[in-house]
Amino acid sequence: MAKEYKRTDGRKPTELRKITAKVGVIPNADGSAMFAFGDTVAIAAVYGPRLLHPKHMEDPTKCVLRVNYDLLPFSVHDRKKPGPSRRSQEISKVTEWALAPVVDLKSFPNTVIDVQIYIIQADAGTRTAGINAASMALAHAGIPMKNLVSSVAVGKLDKTLVVDLTKEEEDFEEGEGATDCAIARIANTDELTLLQFDGKVQPEVVSELINLSDDACKEIYEAQKKALKEVLK
Amino acid sequence: MKKIKENEINEEITGEEVSSEEHSKRKPVVPGEVIASGEDYLPGDGAKREGNDIIATRFGLAEESGRVIKVIAITGAFIPRRGNVVLGRVTDITFHGWVVDIGSASEAFLPLEESPRFVSKLEMDQFLAIGDIVAAKIWGVKSKGIDLTLKGKGLGKLEEGFVFRINPNKVPRVIGKEGSMINLIKDNTSSNITVGQNGWIWIHADSIENEIKARNAIEFVAEKVHVEGLTEKMEKWFQEHK
Repeated sequence: MAKEYKRTDGRKPTELRKITAKVGVIPNADGSAMFAFGDTVAIAAVYGPRLLHPKHMEDPTKCVLRVNYDLLPFSVHDRKKPGPSRRSQEISKVTEWALAPVVDLKSFPNTVIDVQIYIIQADAGTRTAGINAASMALAHAGIPMKNLVSSVAVGKLDKTLVVDLTKEEEDFEEGEGATDCAIARIANTDELTLLQFDGKVQPEVVSELINLSDDACKEIYEAQKKALKEVLK
Repeated sequence: MKKIKENEINEEITGEEVSSEEHSKRKPVVPGEVIASGEDYLPGDGAKREGNDIIATRFGLAEESGRVIKVIAITGAFIPRRGNVVLGRVTDITFHGWVVDIGSASEAFLPLEESPRFVSKLEMDQFLAIGDIVAAKIWGVKSKGIDLTLKGKGLGKLEEGFVFRINPNKVPRVIGKEGSMINLIKDNTSSNITVGQNGWIWIHADSIENEIKARNAIEFVAEKVHVEGLTEKMEKWFQEHK
């Protein structure tokens, strides 16, 4: 057995960072939410269903889900140049795919639901925080949904399996280095809507990693549910 | 067209889902949450049956009325329904009618034939010009748009006064049970108020002070949607804001 890696912030391998979730942070939007894993803070605003421009993008069979993810310039140490990048476009697209299976898009043909996700502080796991925030914001916007989506990053530091990696851990280079795997799952099910891998991993460890996300997602789901119900008080 | 019988509009609106004062049987739910289990229940709006369970399909307050369980939306955009009275602004005049912005996902169209009296195709802008505010009723919701009509009591162009918006989900509370809330506000500010289901509200009173007072009162109600016994609270509010 290889020696256990000790996490720099003193967390247990399966311990998440402190979760902060709040709904209704953007009064102008139809639905909005904030979700934070420790120092990673994401906000999401949902507008719609509303008229889609340009018109040629309209789909007469269903509503278009349009997700825009971006880092704000001050969210990282070196200023992030504003505007879309290859990375932000990719994350926007995978976030869209992660959310679309739960949203009832058939109810609103020829319209669009706009989801804007902004990372106001980044410390790894931004796409997962973004998905969590967007899922809450969609629910807050009163859009018919099958379920909520909960998302978490799991990974491997050399041989130790961990959840919710920080930026420092992602840059870990000893042994096999760090493996980072973003997972989104439909709450209370085994259906995954996002699975991305980065780093080295043995095939037999993959299912173990995915199982690890189960408990973490349950914890996140409870936080999302609690934050949503808070608005009704 | 000027003197509109607001009460009649509101009566029609209140026929829709109006929040009852009773809160005991309501509980907040999130999408995908199991509201109740068993064969005894039927899913209503915002709920569906999955196996033995009734599951919420949207975020809101779950309410049991008899066997039916429905989820009342409290946030989100306006979803047009047939029979809704809405306020809108004329954005375009076409050959066959008027295009009206009612703040929903698709455009609303008011055909020429649906005007209450004969309007010549050459003088359409004299009946309704671009920028005019109109109270209309939705008589059809299709995938490609919403159809409006002006045939009905209290519908037509709204002149003078002003229009402001509130969250459409708060409209039932602003109207109150059988229009109790809106009538209270009208009586205390001696104003004419028309509330559209899309959250657009038109106010016209004899003085600007009364108009502003009516607006403040409505915004006060919209802010306190979840408070019980709001009508009594409102009476007190009016005494304080004489």
